[in-house]
Amino acid sequence: MSKVKMKIDEKVIETESGKTVLQAATQAGIEIPHLCYHPRLPGTGACRLCVVEVKGARALAASCVLPVSENLEVYTNTERVRKARRLVLDLLLSNHPLDCLTCEMAGRCDLQRYAYELGIKETSFKGEKTNFGVREREPFFLRDYDKCILCGRCVSACAEVRHRYVIDFSHRGFATRITTPYDLPLLEGGCEFCGECVQVCPVGALVEKGRIQKGRNWETKRTQTICPYCGVGCTLELHTYKNRIVNVTAPEGVGVNRGSLCVKGRFGIAEFVNSPKRLKKPLVRKNGKLVETSWKNALKMVAARLKEIKERYGAQSIGFFSSAKCTNEENYLLQKFARAVIGTNNIEHCARL
Amino acid sequence: MAGLATSLGSGAMTNSIDEIEFAKVLFVIGSNTTECHPVVALKIKDAVSKHGAKLIVADPRKTELCDFATLHLQHKPGTDVALINGLLNVILSENLHNKPYIDERTEGFEEMAKVVANYPPERVEKITGVPKEKIVEAARTYATLKPASIIYCMGITQHRTGTDNVFSLANLAMVTGNIGVESGGLNPLRGQNNVQGACDMGALPNVLTAYQRVDDPALREKFARAWQVNSLPDRPGLTISEMLNAATKGSLKSLFIMGENPALSEANLNHAREALKKLEFIVVQDIFLTETAQMADVVLPAACFAEKEGTFTNTERRVQLVRKALEPPGEALPDWQIIAKLSTLLGYPMRYKNAEQIFKEIVKLTPSYAGITYKRLENGGIQWPCPDKNHPGTKILHKERFARGKGRFHPIEYLGPAETPDSEYPFYLMTGRVLWQFHTSTMSGQVDGLNQIAGEPFVQVNPQDAADLGISDGETVRVSTRRGELLIKVKITPMVDKGSIFAPFHYSKAPVNLLTSDALDSIAKIPGLKVCAASITKL
Repeated sequence: MSKVKMKIDEKVIETESGKTVLQAATQAGIEIPHLCYHPRLPGTGACRLCVVEVKGARALAASCVLPVSENLEVYTNTERVRKARRLVLDLLLSNHPLDCLTCEMAGRCDLQRYAYELGIKETSFKGEKTNFGVREREPFFLRDYDKCILCGRCVSACAEVRHRYVIDFSHRGFATRITTPYDLPLLEGGCEFCGECVQVCPVGALVEKGRIQKGRNWETKRTQTICPYCGVGCTLELHTYKNRIVNVTAPEGVGVNRGSLCVKGRFGIAEFVNSPKRLKKPLVRKNGKLVETSWKNALKMVAARLKEIKERYGAQSIGFFSSAKCTNEENYLLQKFARAVIGTNNIEHCARL
Repeated sequence: MAGLATSLGSGAMTNSIDEIEFAKVLFVIGSNTTECHPVVALKIKDAVSKHGAKLIVADPRKTELCDFATLHLQHKPGTDVALINGLLNVILSENLHNKPYIDERTEGFEEMAKVVANYPPERVEKITGVPKEKIVEAARTYATLKPASIIYCMGITQHRTGTDNVFSLANLAMVTGNIGVESGGLNPLRGQNNVQGACDMGALPNVLTAYQRVDDPALREKFARAWQVNSLPDRPGLTISEMLNAATKGSLKSLFIMGENPALSEANLNHAREALKKLEFIVVQDIFLTETAQMADVVLPAACFAEKEGTFTNTERRVQLVRKALEPPGEALPDWQIIAKLSTLLGYPMRYKNAEQIFKEIVKLTPSYAGITYKRLENGGIQWPCPDKNHPGTKILHKERFARGKGRFHPIEYLGPAETPDSEYPFYLMTGRVLWQFHTSTMSGQVDGLNQIAGEPFVQVNPQDAADLGISDGETVRVSTRRGELLIKVKITPMVDKGSIFAPFHYSKAPVNLLTSDALDSIAKIPGLKVCAASITKL
């Protein structure tokens, strides 16, 4: 990779060969609106929103597929560029429901954002609208292809990131849509419900079912943490509202997973954390049955029984199962308790299982 | 981990997840990575499809990863040592080994070479069922392309000969000079989010934190002083399987169980459940009323990962921050608070204000964590060893030298599984996980969508076997072993070879560990969950 010097909006920028103009601009802090481009996916130049004016060139160029080159000069925000962008958005909105009042993506929707920035209230093109209907019978997320802007991010994510190739464009012209082979249900089409497609969708076409009507994007709090399932340790973002997890995503480019997750990490957390079956009070066995009690009682009983058993049979008669699900701090503390307080090395966790 | 620690001096992934993508050859053995570690599988697939790496998959089942593989070595269950010795045999006889590396950095080569000399491809083909041409090709591919990374999982360790299997893999990696190099190494994928951390923290019967041995008086003294107690127990304690045996025999009277579900996860479940029943007093701390909690005398409600602060250590030794996103339900408390309260009641006050205070105590006693602070973890994790505050963490282990000095070769003879099929139990029964559930389903079983896709237990049967037995897809059959039997639905699939069946152990409705063997590996004491002999009966 060699160094390349170029100009974006009159600003001299140093970047590396192999990068696109959009990437170089982003690096330099210059934002170019885009819909089909996503940093983890190859550029396709499909949406034409990221067009820029290139000095010496007749036509506008899609910056997401325009490679940088020495002495290249581009302009990202001229009247000509803005006009082209407005037209792209105008055309997209001509076949897009304007139900932002209830759309789950409101507040995080790229289409909504760019329409706002360019001041487009409604489309100037009247005509037919697609009526594909919402697919919501399958688990975890729904597909509302009437909201789909055919950017192709989901197709790329499935193919390039997940190597699954479950979905692709089908039909042509106005009837173009994203489908599985023969429009089979996702599971039969080989979908693993990793949700990569949902995460990269820039509009409300792919929506996690668990979040519907559970809180708007600007109301939820996001907390970055680590997945509780396997040992890979993917970074997650828990979206919470009113002390419930309403959605789980992966922050883009962060952690070992860089934004990817599996079905369990993305869709398998909220329900168990929020479950009404979670234990809420200590239980003790009375007449063969587990009944609720106070912490004070429960702990007093545990302390008394452990003491009694240790005195009667010795410390080696007590064993501890620690947990590969608990934190380092908790594992440390339990082995300290076993060794320093009870006096036994009888402690293990399920490392072997 | 015992095998890795003895061979190399440290029982953990030698390299990092990010490096997998840039290996020239990947040898994946005993790991159904796509289903069990999906995000690591992405890196393997990236290596193959984006960078042209060769992938060799050794697995008795035709796993999804085989679609990306140059070679699939479909060896018979439990014949891993023979297969690996076969690869070593070819590498040595064709002079593909890395002599300077072996001379400079390892010991015990001659003894190992003597043993593998007895495993020519012809003999290995007979034991493993893998055609000798494939063994030769795999050996050449692995030995000639560099860097080469070995990735393995429970399919290697959960055997009577689990430690032998790991020794053999270490032999393979060392003989080609692949340990201590970028994108190479020997990489165990760990099954639970914090199994690495639980080991690092000394939740093991023979070691304190960072594998400091309990039978070393100086180390005991160090901990006793820090913890302000007169002495600490000096003899290694019992493992989980041994504790359950001791309970059966009556010498263990009480169990304190934090977040584990042995009433479903243990091998030879009937035995495990009997053992739990014999105990005088069981305490369970958990987030749900699990199968084990239902047998307890006291159940303490715990906060889950999203409701507390702390750290997890992942399979590549990366210590990462766990952050609190919400309040625990009802009166549930973080496990560390429960332990601290209990300890205080028992006359040993533990007064930690937060998890960070505990971590500060940990790093003082744990050399490999010494340089880690919560503040440093704010911007991504740090891989141990991290000996001081300015150390960036360690991406690759054993770079200049092995943790134990020289890498140790082990001469390993093939022993075979504890049970092999016979006329009464003609099938190999293998167990494992599926993508859609996790371990004993305590967490994943609460999720409707996952249950919708994979809520029912099943056993995979090869189409030919199904035809011979006259059973059809979805039919309920009886699967029996010497330890127990259960009724379970059949899923006919070429994923399993003829003569083998596979069942996931997630389900309490058909607990497959009623059937598995608790024959233990002699060193690591892991039960041979992966293979046993079984029969299928049409009802």
